[in-house]
Parts: sequence; C-alpha cells; structure tokens
Amino acid sequence: MAKPKVATTSLAGCFGCHMSLLDIDDRILKLVELVDFDKSPVDDIKEFTGRCAVGLIEGGCCNEENVKVLRDFRAHCDILISVGDCAIMGGIPAMRNGIPLQECYAEAYLKGPTVHNPSGRIPNDPELPLLLNRVYPCHEVVKIDYHLPGCPPPADTLWEALVALLSDKPVQLPYELVKYD
Amino acid sequence: MSATIEFVIDGKEIQGQPGQTILEAAQQAGVYIPRLCYMKGLVPHGSCRVCTVLVNGRPQSACTQPVAPGMVVENNTEKVTALRRNIVEMLFVEGNHFCMFCEKSGNCELQALAYRLGIAAPKYPYLFPTRDIDMSHPDVFIDRNRCILCGRCVRASRDVDGKHVFDFVGRGPHKRVAVNAEVRLADTNLDVRDKAAEACPVGAIMKKRVGYAVPIGQRLYDHKPIGSEIENGKK
Repeated sequence: MAKPKVATTSLAGCFGCHMSLLDIDDRILKLVELVDFDKSPVDDIKEFTGRCAVGLIEGGCCNEENVKVLRDFRAHCDILISVGDCAIMGGIPAMRNGIPLQECYAEAYLKGPTVHNPSGRIPNDPELPLLLNRVYPCHEVVKIDYHLPGCPPPADTLWEALVALLSDKPVQLPYELVKYD
Repeated sequence: MSATIEFVIDGKEIQGQPGQTILEAAQQAGVYIPRLCYMKGLVPHGSCRVCTVLVNGRPQSACTQPVAPGMVVENNTEKVTALRRNIVEMLFVEGNHFCMFCEKSGNCELQALAYRLGIAAPKYPYLFPTRDIDMSHPDVFIDRNRCILCGRCVRASRDVDGKHVFDFVGRGPHKRVAVNAEVRLADTNLDVRDKAAEACPVGAIMKKRVGYAVPIGQRLYDHKPIGSEIENGKK
C-alpha cells in the first residue's frame, strides 16, 4: 500500500512552525517511513501531485495568493490543520488589522525608516499579490479540521498529532502540549 | 451563626457557612469553580459569568450567589463547561490577544482558562477592535487590547487602595476602563505598589521593567491547569 501523503505550506507566517516540524529531530526518519511529502517547502514540490491525507497550514491569509493556496490545500487534503497562532488567529501579521491599508503601504514603500524609493511610487506589478483588507485566520476562509496552537507549536505537539491522525487515533494532546506561546 | 449549610455540587456533599457564596464554599471543599472577575479580597462583581453554575437548574454566578440549604449545583458538567467555553472564546475574539509576545503569557488567567477548557481556536470570528495603549505612567502601563473588562482594577483601586483610579465608561462594545484624570494614567495618583497595579488577570495593566521575568516552563500555568491548587487542597 502506498504511504499516505502530507503537504505543508507557509502562508503569512515566518517559517517558524516548519522549523518546529524539523525540530522533531531523528523522528523525522520515522516520519519519512510513515508518509511521503507532497507539495511542501520541505521537498520543494511546487504543485500537488495528487490527493493528500494531511495538509499542514502555517500562517494566516494576508493576500490573495494566500487565499488561493489555502483553497488549493482544502481541495487536495482530506484533513487540514491550522498550525500555529498565525494560522489560527492571524498572529503578528494581524497587528496591521487596525491600520488602514494605505498607511501599511506607505510605511512599507514610502515612509519606513529603511525605505529607499526615489520614485515615490507604490509597486503595482501583477506579480505582486494584492493585499487583503486585513489578515484572516485560516478557518475564516476554508473549513479547518484541527488547530494546533503555539508560536510555534512544540515539535512534540506536531509529532503527537500527526502520528495520531496517521494511525486513525483521536488527537488527544496532554495539557503541556497545547499552549498559545 | 456557626450552623453549616449543606448542599450538593455535582453529586458531592458540600458544607458551607451562612453568608458564604457558592464559589467560596466550593473552594473550601476543594472544588474549583472557574472564575475571572472574582479575586480574593475584592467585592464580587458577577460580571464575567465564567463562574456560572446551574443552581436547581437555573444559571447563577457562583461568586455572588449565597449558599442555601439543599441547593443542587451543577459545575463540572458538559453543559456548564460548554457555556464557559463560549464565554472565554468570546473574550478572545473581542480583544486583541497576542499571546505570543505578551509578558503575561503563562501567568494569564484568561489564557489558563482557555487551556483548562480545551480551546484550540475560538469558533467566533475575530473582531480585531481598535484599542489604545497608555504608557504615560512611569511604573505602570495599560494595554487596552488585552482588557477583558473584569473590573478587578476598578474594585481594587476603589475598595482596597481607596483611590478610585479606574472606572468603566461607555456601553456595549464601546465600554472601556478609563482613568481618573483628563486623559493619562500618569495624571492619576496610582502607585506601582497599589493593589490595583497587580489585580489584572490578563496583561492589560502591567508593571513596567518586569518583562518576561519567569522563563517558559516555570510559569504558573505551564504544567498544571488553573484551579489545580484548589483541587489539590493547597488553598
């Protein structure tokens, strides 16, 4: 029987949650025995090659590309997991949610202390995904099946949850593995 | 006045004293009733509703309801826990609670309650309200993003410190904790040693220059859920 596939992505996140996944240390060898990685920064596969058992989402949705990728994950994954506080509540990127979009652009491209932009223009290239009006938690965009909070979630949290899901057991994490920081 | 009042919480016989609230009598008997706006030494407020229990089937706040003979109280049941979980989830989406960089994280009663109630993510949409921060005072700051309007600072300042530094203004979603000055906390007579400066259950009123004093792993709620000390009879 073919191994189940796992896909991962980082939307509006810092890759800290992916780092935490790598932090499972030598258990990563067991993980590779358990699953194949599909679309993921771990193996640099850019597009889905087929149906996946589990999708891990790091980061919330701050632009239209994030939304597109998230919907693509929902379409390809049986179980979708929000990993980390950014996916769950927007996290640090969501601190801009109380600031008008124009002010965000001005800070990034015009007025910021390290900005060098003699043209004084805000880039408007089709290659650049459009910002959303605010940063959205993943479960406000698509249906999310599980939430693993933390900044980042400890490696043990990711490991325990993945192993439980892949062996068809209920995800019941001990008190110490579910934290918001 | 030494007659005991006998009643039942979740099938357990409890003996309370006349004048005690359900919460106090339960605590004495080693039964933890979750709470947020209640603080020992302050006049109970009954406003956060986290301590809601069913008394003979009717919802009552355990921190204000006096014990009465023969009452049947539901505390740790699926129905009551679901209600409390909803309240705590609403508190999370109504404010801006960024646990990942909050100095209170690990010692925060709101966060600890969410852990205890098993909240992985709130089911309600986040509101991301616009709230302000007052850094004017030399020793204490207010971050209203984190305020849950429990009123512990209001009562501590009024009843313990005798100062009335804080009070509520506004209604509904506009309700907030204001200071007894034109604008700034610095213009009040709040002192860092006041009870009001340490009454906050969350990170809304914090002492400056403390920061992340206790390392992760050694904080109040890192290993044991909030209320464990009551259930283990240490309080």
